[in-house]
Amino acid sequence: MRVVLTIVGKDKVGIIAKVSKALAEGNINIININQNIMQGFFNMVLVADMSEANLTLKEAQEKFAVLGEEIGVEIRIQSEQIFTAMHRI
Amino acid sequence: MLFNTEDILETTKMITENNLDVRTITMGISLRDCGHPDMEVTAQKVYDKICQKAEHLVQTGEDLEAELGVPIINKRVSVTPISMVGESCDSNDYVPLAKAMDRAAKTIGVNFIGGFSALVEKGYTKGDRNLIASIPEALDVTDIVCSSVAIGSTKCGINMDAVKQMGEVVKATAARTADRDAIGCAKLVVFCNAVPDNPFMAGAFHGVTEPESVINVGVSGPGVVKHALESVRDGDIGMVAETIKKTAFKITRVGQLVAQEAAHRLNTQFGIIDLSLAPTPAIGDSVAHILEEIGLESCGCPGTTATLAMLNDAVKKGGLMASSYVGGLSGAFIPVSEDAGMIAAVERGCLTMEKLEAMTCVCSVGLDMIAIPGDTSAATISAIIADEAAIGMINNKTTAVRVIPVPGKGVGDTVEFGGLLGYAPIIPVNTYKADKFISRGGRIPAPVRSLTN
Repeated sequence: MRVVLTIVGKDKVGIIAKVSKALAEGNINIININQNIMQGFFNMVLVADMSEANLTLKEAQEKFAVLGEEIGVEIRIQSEQIFTAMHRI
Repeated sequence: MLFNTEDILETTKMITENNLDVRTITMGISLRDCGHPDMEVTAQKVYDKICQKAEHLVQTGEDLEAELGVPIINKRVSVTPISMVGESCDSNDYVPLAKAMDRAAKTIGVNFIGGFSALVEKGYTKGDRNLIASIPEALDVTDIVCSSVAIGSTKCGINMDAVKQMGEVVKATAARTADRDAIGCAKLVVFCNAVPDNPFMAGAFHGVTEPESVINVGVSGPGVVKHALESVRDGDIGMVAETIKKTAFKITRVGQLVAQEAAHRLNTQFGIIDLSLAPTPAIGDSVAHILEEIGLESCGCPGTTATLAMLNDAVKKGGLMASSYVGGLSGAFIPVSEDAGMIAAVERGCLTMEKLEAMTCVCSVGLDMIAIPGDTSAATISAIIADEAAIGMINNKTTAVRVIPVPGKGVGDTVEFGGLLGYAPIIPVNTYKADKFISRGGRIPAPVRSLTN
């Protein structure tokens, strides 16, 4: 299953490093990363493949919610389907 | 497939900031095979079938909510009108069937169950009479059972005997639940042109044309529409309509995805998406605020009907292409107590009963969740029902009345229903009487526009 991580929050050093380290621990493969800074805010959209992951989507959501709190950003993980439905005909 | 960052962030913002949600996944369940001469056996069959068919409904809804990251607020069940299920019973009292529905709904964990209903557009059967007579007690002794009665349609005309009786039933229900601000009336709808696949409460029932079980989904998102309109403050009304359309399309696509997935996982059929803008009392989730964003000082002022007509139409146009099956009520709801903007408009004296009636000519349903003075007579409530039904009959649309005559309260008082049902200031009702008209009874013949063949 492919998922989309959205990470939004105040910019600081090492956000991508920490997130990608956690993804690697879960054996979640990164497919695409898009990141920019808009008005001082860090915005990142990361598409990843969870088909070989060693944790479920629910576990991943919990793990990254905790990580997000540690870093001070909001991390959401959603199935890719909702974005496909809304933005692709 | 890769996405634009903007698209992704737009979707997450709709959910996190603008209250985008799927309002309800409603499972329709046929109870046509539950009839039995013994009332106890019938009640047990009703309980068993609901529990068996909808066993995984709530879990499936919660799973989808987590996976897709979009809130699914309500999981509900609608059943075959109980007047038909109870018809073969020896007993005339259908309250045990309401209790069985209530118990089953609580066992499976849904928040409402609809279908304590009768369809009497042209007249009563034995089961219809028994059911309607059981409504006040049923709504008193159960917590989450919803009831509806269809008293007219474009094809049948209006059953004025039933109109008269429903005024009395509304009053009796208010009296029985007087200690809870007449909450029973918030769970009772009187319909003209009732639809068999409506996922929204309190009017949901599983129509006779429906399959064994089905998943219907109601989307929502007044907050998302309002937010989108904030970006076209300088545009003409055509641009406003276009923006609403595009937004409705996106909202509906989410509903379609949820409905398809839910039906698949529950091993049942996907019925319809109901394209309704359903408000909640939460700030930023109001249909009235959309109308005000378009350019009204307060919902209820001159111009309200035109703005609402445009909004309602644009929502349908956007939603139609987004879903393969559209049905239910599909339109903007204007339940007064459930919409922060409507409540405020009533409080400032701008939104009246008469204006609400005009608004129901162009929007989804009808006079919905309106608290009226407790001393309003049964005949006057019947007359309000007749007016609303006439609008539905002539305009070939669904209309409904869900008014709450709150015992002991009058204009200036406020009534609190709690949760999604919200709170409402009591709205004044015209005190001139239509008693003679209501006491005549009989039937209003089907209108000329019913003869379409």
